[in-house]
Amino acid sequence: MDKHMHTPLTEEMAKELKAGDYVYITGTIYTARDAAHKRMQETLDAGGELPIDMKDTIIYYMGPSPAREGRPIGSAGPTTASRMDKYAPKLLDLGLKGMIGKGKRSKEVLDAVVRNYAVYFAAVGGAGALLSKAIKASEVVAYDDLGTEAIRKLEVENFPVIVVADCEGNNLYETAVKEYAVLSE
Amino acid sequence: MRELHVSEITKEIKEMCIEANHFLSKDMDIAMKNALSTEKTPLGCQILTQLQENLQIAGEDMIPICQDTGMAVIFVEIGQEVHFIGGSLEEAINEGVRQGYTEGFLRKSVVGDPLIRENTKDNTPAVIHYEMVTGDKVTITVAPKGFGSENMSRVFMLKPADGIEGVKNAVLTAVKDAGPNACPPMVVGVGIGGTFEKCALLAKKALTRPVDSHSHIPYVKEMEEELLQKINGLGIGPGGLGGTTTALAVNINTYPTHIAGLPVAVNICCHVNRHVVRTL
Repeated sequence: MDKHMHTPLTEEMAKELKAGDYVYITGTIYTARDAAHKRMQETLDAGGELPIDMKDTIIYYMGPSPAREGRPIGSAGPTTASRMDKYAPKLLDLGLKGMIGKGKRSKEVLDAVVRNYAVYFAAVGGAGALLSKAIKASEVVAYDDLGTEAIRKLEVENFPVIVVADCEGNNLYETAVKEYAVLSE
Repeated sequence: MRELHVSEITKEIKEMCIEANHFLSKDMDIAMKNALSTEKTPLGCQILTQLQENLQIAGEDMIPICQDTGMAVIFVEIGQEVHFIGGSLEEAINEGVRQGYTEGFLRKSVVGDPLIRENTKDNTPAVIHYEMVTGDKVTITVAPKGFGSENMSRVFMLKPADGIEGVKNAVLTAVKDAGPNACPPMVVGVGIGGTFEKCALLAKKALTRPVDSHSHIPYVKEMEEELLQKINGLGIGPGGLGGTTTALAVNINTYPTHIAGLPVAVNICCHVNRHVVRTL
């Protein structure tokens, strides 16, 4: 089912999103990938404050290619989410409501999605040129020294994603593959 | 001896890095279009259509097809009658990568040390494989490799008794485990035989073979066809969201091996299977 949503992603909104929904996101989202997650974890371990507020936030696992002149960003598709599995449950417990990436997640992450009424979305991997068109503005807000891995605040318009894991524990990667394995026999 | 100035190599590599990251090779382009006409599921078709739009935008607006513009893997076949002049060949190759990735607005994804992990900021060094061949030509293949799929690649040191069924199971296991992580529809490069490192190199090189080509060894060709059919029966589909197009091709390269061994490497590539070839 096609749905349109505007950030922030609240618990009430997250509860309405079901695995398999095609969702167009408009509003503000943040990027973070391996190195930024590692640094956020170290900050939390040291009792410090995160550079962005996690409450009702969506994090996009993405490190863009450099922008050409006059463009907000370069190619901007999702990276493999499982590399962030080690860090994600803690952020979800702190209020993170949505993650955008690609690929399977660990049981710990999926449990944290259910426990916190959150959502794991997939964007189409390898469609970085197309996805960049839905990004209207980009600004580094933390960890500038990490280059492509810095935390960026993105303004997106109808950014296309698919709900893979919802707060009821459904997982599209498992259900769809089972369904179509039969179809192609 | 034919003299070749290494600055020629730099210039070509620079252009090839930029070309590979914005335009799919003809064989891949055709395979992606064919996939859209054969995919049986609506969501699968929707994703393949997005990937077509993505390719069009990449080429028209010069935005890399994927933000992971890869680590530059470069195969250099050097004719033994070529004499390089003007400096170090290796430095010339890395200079080409440096210029291509900085001037071409490509992402710098290389860290200088695997554990200290500081970005080299110009995507060097490349991974370079040299091969000496007869003649006075130099053939260069630039194959930038993204790591979503590289991370899902495997080496299996099978026993001779595992036989052809063991090889097929190894390939299917690697593809199943890769699933959505490898950005399907994928291309599966397989190396069978040689030694531990040789089979990995065979698999990597198999990915640079046109996806519409087959092994010239009859039983290997049959295995390529059978495995492609089996992989597409796994249901993984475009984006891993279910469907009948999980792989576009299975390319297998083989090499003699030891009486005690059956090494098998499976190098998985996403649908952005980049390879540009030029001969100087």
